[in-house]
Amino acid sequence: MSDKAKSEVIKEPSMLKQKEMIASNYERLTSGKEKTVSTFVPGNLNELIMCFDMVNNLPEINAIQNGMRKQSGGMIMDAEKSGHSEDVCTYVKADIGMMGRGNIAPNGKPIPPPDLLLLSYTGCFTFMKWFELLRHEYKCPTVMLHVPYEGDGVITDNMRDYVVKQLKTEVIPAFEKISGVKFDIDRLREYLARSAKAEDDLVWCLEAGKNKPSPIDAYFGGVYYIGPVFSAFRGTQQAVDYYTMLRGEVEQRIKEKRGPITPDGDMNEQKYRLIVEGPPNWTHFREFWKLFYDEGAVVVASTYTKVGGSYDLGFRHDPDRPLESMAEYCLTCYTNRNLPARVDTLVDYVGEYEADGLLINSIKSCNSFSAGQLMMMREVERRTGKPAAFIETDLVDPRYFSHANVKNRLESYFQMIDQKRRSSSAAA
Amino acid sequence: MKGYIGIDLGSTTTKAVVMDETGSVLGRGITNSRSNYDTASQVAKQEAVVDARLALVRRELMDIASLSEDDVVDLVKGLESGFRLEQFIEQLGDLESTCKGNVDATRHKGHEEGLRDALTTLFGRLREDVVGLFAPGAKRKSDFFRDLAGTRYMHFGEEVASETGESFDTLINLYDKSIIEVENRPPAGDMSNKFNRALNRVLEQGNIKADSSQIATAVKAALEVPIDETYVVGTGYGRVRLPFPKEHIRSEILCHGLGAHLMFPKTRTVLDIGGQDTKGIQIDDKGIVVNFQMNDRCAAGTGRYLGYVADEMNMGLHELGPLAMKATKSVRINSTCTVFAGAELRDRLALGEKREDILAGLHRAIILRAMSIISRAGGITDEFTFTGGVAKNEAAVKELEQLVEENYGKVTINIDPDSIYTGALGAAEFARRAVEE
Repeated sequence: MSDKAKSEVIKEPSMLKQKEMIASNYERLTSGKEKTVSTFVPGNLNELIMCFDMVNNLPEINAIQNGMRKQSGGMIMDAEKSGHSEDVCTYVKADIGMMGRGNIAPNGKPIPPPDLLLLSYTGCFTFMKWFELLRHEYKCPTVMLHVPYEGDGVITDNMRDYVVKQLKTEVIPAFEKISGVKFDIDRLREYLARSAKAEDDLVWCLEAGKNKPSPIDAYFGGVYYIGPVFSAFRGTQQAVDYYTMLRGEVEQRIKEKRGPITPDGDMNEQKYRLIVEGPPNWTHFREFWKLFYDEGAVVVASTYTKVGGSYDLGFRHDPDRPLESMAEYCLTCYTNRNLPARVDTLVDYVGEYEADGLLINSIKSCNSFSAGQLMMMREVERRTGKPAAFIETDLVDPRYFSHANVKNRLESYFQMIDQKRRSSSAAA
Repeated sequence: MKGYIGIDLGSTTTKAVVMDETGSVLGRGITNSRSNYDTASQVAKQEAVVDARLALVRRELMDIASLSEDDVVDLVKGLESGFRLEQFIEQLGDLESTCKGNVDATRHKGHEEGLRDALTTLFGRLREDVVGLFAPGAKRKSDFFRDLAGTRYMHFGEEVASETGESFDTLINLYDKSIIEVENRPPAGDMSNKFNRALNRVLEQGNIKADSSQIATAVKAALEVPIDETYVVGTGYGRVRLPFPKEHIRSEILCHGLGAHLMFPKTRTVLDIGGQDTKGIQIDDKGIVVNFQMNDRCAAGTGRYLGYVADEMNMGLHELGPLAMKATKSVRINSTCTVFAGAELRDRLALGEKREDILAGLHRAIILRAMSIISRAGGITDEFTFTGGVAKNEAAVKELEQLVEENYGKVTINIDPDSIYTGALGAAEFARRAVEE
């Protein structure tokens, strides 16, 4: 095998399709022919945006793309030069830096300034400051969807009604005004029906991690799986088709008792089944993943794949209750849930997915994700009796990824699992 | 006999432990990690085997009825320093020929002859001086060839330079060039020969009560026992450099946990402050790691921090602790950042604070940082063991004892005199278990 062939990343057909989809959205965004709205991934209102013929731009996804393409480091430095401090959310700084460099999309063309900033803040308060900065820059209208924090671990009718009211009185009128398109609830219902279909298949795929061997990697692979449904495709036929295809691939792997496909090919030996909490590191995504599959560690479930909606807990978009279900969607996003609810989820995952333990990737520049994680870790350890470990990286700041440090901790953790297994089998 | 070897390739020192099949430690060896982990691990292993040989010699000598226990101790001590001396002379020879070989590479054309003559004189003096270095009761600041030879070379180099008119700088330059080469070559030569020469030195001194042929026979018997490398386990940052299959590599976190358990079976919490990182480890009653935390993205609060402080103060690393112990108060140093430490240090000195008081504060800062890492790992449970190079530093230990009591009440704090070998000990035990269990 030549070196060139060796270094080629192995991808499944669904991954290639997903890549095409993301690229097509960037084409639409950069074409300048359609009106655009910038919004955030957790609790995004994609179906509603589509009702107004507008295109969805997600600054976090841009930061991720730039992270994976090794562009974010320079952008962050640019942002720091313009006065943003080192410890601030690196998604924000990557976005500010990207703006300074002309907002060039991965296709090499500039993304025009948005026509609207739709600030839906679910669980992350930095979002508010982020769009304040963008508003200052773009001087475009900003509409805010305030999603109450699920502080007591339950969603009350009041909370839902509060969000619905905002949709009716603020968000929809703002969209109508900017787009010039009249809101049509039946159009929304149609999109929501498609969302639910895609969501069913997504959940089926994510739950395939319960198989042994697991046919998926629910963290590294999971990032690809959630792409369409968490971004500009939820509600489209493309998303429905993507998830049908993905489900077919996963079914096939289960049938053949094969593991997930990694950038280096099939992963067959699965020595450790892990639950992972926290976002991945994007700047070193491939080498980060390699640290896992080289050791035979597969992630069977993760919380990161729930940041744009906790579908596996039963939520689906509902065409019969369009605005209500959209409100519930925003409320159930993982980042909007309180710490005990996050602990419960993790404990359930360890049990349901028969995992060997919990691994937390704590993000340096994301306080809303990281606060309380050590407490969560201890609680999960206590309740499951399974070993847990803690690693620390960052979202898109390459300066905060130490390969040696992460490797050291991961290896120690895997050996810790081994040791624990040996001692429990000796005791038995 | 079966020998199980654990090698801990740390960032500053490399340690090795040889263990027999029953789990008792036969020998320990240490060397500086230098730039070459391969050599470092070979040297540390060789040192541990030498130490193991001495242990076997001790066993054999104990069987000689006419020798008291004190005699045996003296004899083994004599044999050891004799062996070190032989080893030192051998390396000195290597250094001399390497220096002379490097003369041609200097920029001082036409001086070659003179430089070689100067080196002959210099090394002659070094050799004369060497016996005293290993005499009974001699105090050495370091056991590493680099440090010992370096200090003496500087001393005699100055003399020789002024006597011969050769440039002192050139002589130093030759040393700097050559020492790396010498260090990166594992000491050659036959171990038995060195032991025998060392034995002759001891016997020549003539104050042994027992029959010297009896002693020689005992030493010979001990030297002939084959020590097999039955299984080797490597740990530490350099572990990936070891030519072992993956099963022979263990993370230092597990090795420190198990090592601490072997030293103190009741230990539940372990703090290891090493050169590059600080680890808080929780272990169960079998020495199995149940949780660990370590410093994240910088070397704040690690041994390196002390190294940096020592450099800033123009002192040796080992002088810091004793000076800090002389403090009458502790100056508050808030930052554990290695770079800020320098700034705070300069600032406090400028304000007229005493060095010892500042140092006490710096030690406290390190331990505060360690306390935070331990609490992230779940706090301190009785018994608590402190390992790693910093455990040798009395000022750090003092601060630790204070802070542990303040935060966790009365807890037994263990520090083994051989704590620096904790990781290697755990690794050796992993090696032993891989075969014996």
